[in-house]
Amino acid sequence: MATMKVNQISRDDLDWQLQYNTDRCTFCGKCVAACPFRAIEAGVEKRRKVISDHFTPEPKVQFKTVPVIKQCVGEYNFCRGCGICERVCPNEAIKPVRNEDSRFGVKYRATLADPYKRGGRANLATEKRTLDKIKVGRISQMTDPSLDASRHTFDMLAPFGRILPADEMPFDVVDGKLVMNSATPKVNWIYPIIVGDMSIGALSWRMWEAMAIAVAYLNEQVGLPVRMCSGEGGVPVRLLKSRYLKYVILQIASGHFGWNRIINAMPHMQELPGGILIKIGQGAKPGDGGLLQAKKVASHISEIRGVPKADLLSPPNHQGLYSIEESVQKMFLSLNSAFKFQVPVAIKVAASATSVSVYNNLLRDPYNIVGGFFVDGLAGGTGAANEISLDHTGHPIVSKLRDCYNAAVHQGKQGQIPLWAAGGLGANWNLAADAFKMMALGANGVFTGKLMLQIAGCVGNDHGKCNACNTGLCPVGICTQNPTLVKRLDIDKTAEQIVNYFIATDNELKKMLAPIGNSSLPVGRSDCLISVDRAVAERLNIQYSC
Amino acid sequence: MCRIGAIKSKNYIHPSKALHLMRSQQKGHDNSGFAMVMQDLGGRFANYKELPILSMACTDEGVKIAEDILHEAGFSRVMQWSPEINEQAGLKIEPMPNYVFQVLHYPKSYKYAPAHEKEELLVDIRLQIREALEETNDGYVYSFWPDVLTLKEIGDPTDIGTYFNLWQPDEDFTAKIITAQCRQNTNYDIVRYAAHPFFLEGYTALANGENTFYEKNKNFQKNLYKGYIGFESDSQCFLYTLHYIHKILKWPLQYYKHTITPLPYDEAEKREDHAILQNIRAVLGNLELNGPNTIIAVLPDGTMFNTCDAKKLRPVVIGHTADTVVISSEVTGLNEILPERDWTQDIYTNEREMVVINNNLEVERWQQ
Repeated sequence: MATMKVNQISRDDLDWQLQYNTDRCTFCGKCVAACPFRAIEAGVEKRRKVISDHFTPEPKVQFKTVPVIKQCVGEYNFCRGCGICERVCPNEAIKPVRNEDSRFGVKYRATLADPYKRGGRANLATEKRTLDKIKVGRISQMTDPSLDASRHTFDMLAPFGRILPADEMPFDVVDGKLVMNSATPKVNWIYPIIVGDMSIGALSWRMWEAMAIAVAYLNEQVGLPVRMCSGEGGVPVRLLKSRYLKYVILQIASGHFGWNRIINAMPHMQELPGGILIKIGQGAKPGDGGLLQAKKVASHISEIRGVPKADLLSPPNHQGLYSIEESVQKMFLSLNSAFKFQVPVAIKVAASATSVSVYNNLLRDPYNIVGGFFVDGLAGGTGAANEISLDHTGHPIVSKLRDCYNAAVHQGKQGQIPLWAAGGLGANWNLAADAFKMMALGANGVFTGKLMLQIAGCVGNDHGKCNACNTGLCPVGICTQNPTLVKRLDIDKTAEQIVNYFIATDNELKKMLAPIGNSSLPVGRSDCLISVDRAVAERLNIQYSC
Repeated sequence: MCRIGAIKSKNYIHPSKALHLMRSQQKGHDNSGFAMVMQDLGGRFANYKELPILSMACTDEGVKIAEDILHEAGFSRVMQWSPEINEQAGLKIEPMPNYVFQVLHYPKSYKYAPAHEKEELLVDIRLQIREALEETNDGYVYSFWPDVLTLKEIGDPTDIGTYFNLWQPDEDFTAKIITAQCRQNTNYDIVRYAAHPFFLEGYTALANGENTFYEKNKNFQKNLYKGYIGFESDSQCFLYTLHYIHKILKWPLQYYKHTITPLPYDEAEKREDHAILQNIRAVLGNLELNGPNTIIAVLPDGTMFNTCDAKKLRPVVIGHTADTVVISSEVTGLNEILPERDWTQDIYTNEREMVVINNNLEVERWQQ
């Protein structure tokens, strides 16, 4: 009996196997050149062929060496299923095929003694999404006629900033009119969908710039006041000093990356930033801090973040913040005062079993400085995480958002600290539907990240395809700093497609608002939702219909 | 669809006017009830302007429950009147055993109490009676306020008029302001509390249409003030918003319109008072109304006004003579009771205005 090496990783252990057709291959080499993971290589194979060249059969055995494209097998250079080889092949000779009997997860860990890391989203989602089980059931008919989506004027703005209770407004009555007798907390009224929050570093600078261009264009040419959150990775000084800064929400997280430059640029700012977002946690990997692996820390990333080339691990918590009250007093107060209380400051946390407690405490905000509560659910994306965090930790966003809204209603404080929700929204490619439903459940607005990358051309999905954002080898130039790979991304085209997507989304939002008869955003209008799933209906306190 | 109407006059008028106003519009409603609020009372109530009047419909046990509560709180009865009942076979009405209109003295301890303390007391006692009546299902208390009478009943309005003998003009039962509606709220259960007009602390409101922001409004209002309860009808929200803006926040009346139908952001931005408007929209976004509605309301000082939602509207027309102003869902109502008016002066309220009628019966059109 022949010997074999049981413990060695082999092709059938891998998540993806290459389906390669020698007959169609012309050995142009494009696939090998295009694969950033070095998961395929040119090689030769010995072939045995029986031929007969006589008019009566005289079989002869012939051995030939033929050139082939071979799949590499290893713990580092393995196929991620991104399909770039298939895209570049002129003859449809090669493509990755999912291996249902993969053992890669166990092989990798058993060989390297290292947690498997990757980007993307949780890959264990097996059920239909909750939002897909919810429909807009209240379509105005006889008593409340629908509006005309294409002709009616809709007011689709959401608050970013602290809203005071009406009886605390500094109003005086003078000559039968209300006048303000002192300032109120700064509130920016913006489009109810924020792009964010993905850092330069996690993203290529070209991808980040494309988003910034798209956001500026949406504001200045399309008339949609969309904001973009910088993520925790700093902001180019050129942008900090430009008039476009007003469209950017600056993020500060536990690593404080990039804040030296932001602070140094403050005297030179011609516009205030659109807001500050304190990131406490991230829905895709709650409990982990940010993770930028050294291979993505190119020289420009080092500079913008003010750090050496090394694995950049943001601590999972903010050093020195041990309670909600402390966070309000320290971070909110210092960031509010840094911009002289002219820039609203909000906080982003991962959805968790305790989100409602945090929100309840923030709602009591005695200093009127908490400008928003961003809750991020487990279906959100990330550039890099331990797979165990991605697949096995987190909290779904829909019921959590609903609980937060209900908590505010219970206190009679709904709307005072705007609620923004995210986590896998637009995963079915329709952000407008998800955004609408989240708002009807109580969100003032939503934020979206990974969808922007998918608009740009990200080939990954939530079933293990690609998910290589952490490697610095993104095959489409979105999540890499590799000078060759980033050039695969067309900045202008990407910006254009993001703009187009927002225009489409804006129209689709109106198509949702019109039939329920709303001129303004449907925040808290859960009466217009139904669910065809009794458990979902009961949990969210909306109508069950069948 | 509801039909609503309101009459404000320099002279005392009898509820038969309101019945005529509403019956002429009966093709537009379902004849499922009649309700009215009378304010600035004449006749037998004219001499008790300062004293609270309890309006309730209840069982014998209900009368006792209410009297016990009032007695314990220190109220003493000054006068009681019940409408003369005219029972006939075949009337479509679901009457209660007793209709009580009782004028009471404040407790002695309130002799020198400031107005707001007396007002709070009246609200507290009414809520207490309501809760007690609900517990045993012994009746309904509609209002407990000086110079105000409320009557609500389920049935055919014509028959309700006959039952209470309201078709016959009578100088002893009159008021200068009467608001009325001829339909129970059939979007929800038929309950007497769901019938417009709604009344709270001197404020009256009645509306037609559907409040599609009911859930938002209700969720916000239920924590604002103890008197914001019930919500049997989605239109109660309009009363509570008015009460909140005008009574609790003490904002001038024009800001009611800015609250319920804020100007679009683009338009508001161009105005001098844009900071105020923007702030009102921010803090009271939950009180916006989405329509389609028209609202008639009366303030404690007798001012009456009408306003509509900002986009879909429900029909309403205002007609007037030298001594009477009438607001009606349909012009046929005006033709019935104000045939002598100059109909070219009729006002059809638009989506950005409030039509306000003061106590001199001057009709003002306030543009938002």
